[in-house]
Parts: sequence; structure tokens; C-alpha cells
Amino acid sequence: MIPGSFDYYRPTTFAEAAALLARHGDEARLLAGGHSLIPMMKLRMAAPAHLVDLQGIAEAKGISVTAGEAVIGAMTTQHDLITHAGLAAALPLVREAALQIADPQVRYLGTVGGNVANGDPGNDMPGLMQCLDAAFELVGPNGQRQVRARDFYLGLYETARAEDEILARIRIPVPSGKVSYAYEKQKRKIGDYATAACAVTLQLDGGAVTDAAIAMTNLADRPVFVADAAAALVGGPPDATRLAAAVAAMQAAIDPGADNRGPVEFKRHVAGVMLRRAVARAVERAS
Amino acid sequence: MHVTMTVNGRRVEALAEPRTLLVHFLREELRLTGTHIGCETSHCGACTVDLDGKSVKSCTVFVAQANGAEVTTIEAMAAADGTLHVLQEMFREHHGLQCGWCTPGMIMRAHRLLQENPSPTEAEVRFGLSGNLCRCTGYQNIVKAVLAAAAAMNAQQEAAE
Repeated sequence: MIPGSFDYYRPTTFAEAAALLARHGDEARLLAGGHSLIPMMKLRMAAPAHLVDLQGIAEAKGISVTAGEAVIGAMTTQHDLITHAGLAAALPLVREAALQIADPQVRYLGTVGGNVANGDPGNDMPGLMQCLDAAFELVGPNGQRQVRARDFYLGLYETARAEDEILARIRIPVPSGKVSYAYEKQKRKIGDYATAACAVTLQLDGGAVTDAAIAMTNLADRPVFVADAAAALVGGPPDATRLAAAVAAMQAAIDPGADNRGPVEFKRHVAGVMLRRAVARAVERAS
Repeated sequence: MHVTMTVNGRRVEALAEPRTLLVHFLREELRLTGTHIGCETSHCGACTVDLDGKSVKSCTVFVAQANGAEVTTIEAMAAADGTLHVLQEMFREHHGLQCGWCTPGMIMRAHRLLQENPSPTEAEVRFGLSGNLCRCTGYQNIVKAVLAAAAAMNAQQEAAE
């Protein structure tokens, strides 16, 4: 369990980190909290020659919440997300999901940026960010650009981030009206990835759903944002007919693989259960 | 690389490869073998130490990342004269340890938990210790010990005020 050798860098600005990436190309990897990359390095499934640790970049950390938007630095840890009162008030779904990630020790180091940028379909934050319609701000040699979370994930460990770009911060719109929410995750034990998980946001008016967003986790090679399933809920109360339509639309969009968390049919079933539970809890919270 | 950190209040300097895991650095370079290596895959929590006020699994931290940091290990818990820390004392009293494999990690994690939440409920203790595995399955008594330590520490605090 000893990783390969590497040169270590701790830049203090994004510009410095980007220059290191430009110089070392695909021999360099960015290190955030390290709780995905270091296990891979110990297994020698990753062996970067140059490791660029982002912990020294002060502007990469922190949370600011204003009336319309929450801005979260990429190096903000899950622990920081959980303990930030302003974020919990503005976007409680983030805290609810963060509490279900890994275990306390991992959450002290694991970062939101690493979680969303790694492109691992098992990670919980990507689906959540799609549900909240977050945007990812990337810095690179040609300046900054934003990519919506809904457009960011291209495949297994494949994202819209170019190799010479760094995720700097995440921007999440804070809704002005009342939005209900839930993150439901089925896992075998603490620290496990989801067998299936579902993020839901709902707006209700007199019991009728007026707006919804739904995203599924670990049920394909990328997070699955299912606009059809959300649309199936809108226009009336979330009754049995609408829920069945939403589950059917979701099940048509996911593509789970069989693994030690279960066969495909089981995962499809659990995905349906998670969606139903998430909607039920969101509705309960709205009342 | 040249590494400098404060370990248990003592400034240490050493030459180390950046890839050295913090747990190996503590055990092999500094000879602080109280921190145990369990699964080495960041599951079991036996290697938990305090790093800049956070509980971390030292098998999943490179020494390079900890350069300049402040580290506390189980060796710093008892007083210099050998008097046990309240947590250690309560683990002893409530049979919170059997084989001892998980104990240093359990105590370091419980220590940080009680710093952040001095009066946890039983559910909060269980959630707070969920990153630590006891292979003897002695969780019941571990939770009892942590709750007893919290009560004892709060009583000490009140007596001091």
C-alpha cells in the first residue's frame, strides 16, 4: 500500500497551480482532500509524477451566501458544508447530502470540489448540484469559464473540465420562494457509496407541484438528471399516478451495472424506492 | 523533502519522501507507535489522529500534506506523570477496549468529538464514531465510555468555574 514517488507542490494561487498543470501536462494531478486520489495511488491505479496540492490556495476555501446565490470554494470540506449555518438555511439539501457522505474523518478532509470534479458516478454531490442547477467555475490558461452541473458530466471520470483547468468555485442559485427538498440514499453501511440515491427539490402550491427537479446517483456512468421524471410530477398533487409516471421516466433514463451492491434489477427497484421516499419526505417537509 | 511539524506540542524536523503516509511517518520516523495501522484503506479509523483540530485517518494523508501542521496522537493524551486522560480512564472503567486495536483511534476521535460537542446524545456519539471500527464489536461499552467521559469532563468544568 505504498504509492509511487512524486514531486509535491503546494501553490498559493490558482495561477501558480494552473502554471504547474501547464508545465507537467498529464503527468500532474490535482490533490484536494485526497480521499479518492490517495487510495487510488496506494493501489497504484494512479501514479502521477507531479502532485499539485490545492490546500495552500486561500481563495479556494470558504462559503458566501447572498440573497440570490451561494458561492462555495472548491476546497471547502464536507465538514465545512455541514457546519455552515447560512448555507444550511439557504440550501438545506447540501447539508443533508453531505451528512450522508463517507464518515466524520473523511468529511473533515474531503472537499466539495474534489467530489464534484472527480467524475466518479458514486459521488453524492454531482447529482445534487444538477438538482440545484449549480454552475462550476473553472480557471485555466485562457481565463475563467462556467459550466452548468447539468452539462458537466460526460462519462466515467470524464467531465467538461479540460486537463489544464482547475475547478475554483461552485455557484448555486438560492431560490427566493419556498423550495422543499430531500436526499435519499440507500447504502450498505457507513462510508459506502450509494446502491441508489435520489436528490429532489419541489415547489408546492396548495398541495400541487408547481416545479420540481430530480437527479439520481450511482445508477449510470454519470449522475442522471431526469427532467422527464420531474415534469411528470408537475401540474397536480404528487399522487400515485404522477409518482408512477415519474418512476417510470427515471427508470428509462438510468443505466445501472451489476456489482457487489446488487444486480441490475435490484438497483432499478431501489432507485424507484429512493425517488418515492425523497418525494414523500419533500412533501412532508413542505407542509 | 524537508518536513517540519508540531507533534504533541514538540517541533519535529525530518527528511521524508512526499509519498510517505503520515501514519508511517509517526510510527517509523518519530517512533510514536501508539497510532495503529488497521485496514490501510481509510475504512477502519484505527490510525485516527488530530491534524490541525480535525480528526483524520493518517493512512490517507501524505506527510507532505501535513508539512507545517499540528498533529496530536494518543501519546499526548495521558499526563506526563502517567495519569490517564478522562477518556482513557472511562474506557478502562467501562470496558471500552478488548483487544485494543481500535482504541487509539477511538479515543482520538472521541476526543475531537467532545471538543466540538461536549454533551452529545448517545445517537450523536454513535454517528460521531461511525468512521471507527471495533473488530471485537465492543461498541456498546465504547459508547458508554464516551458518554461517561463527557459527563466527567463537564463535571470537572463546572467544578473549575
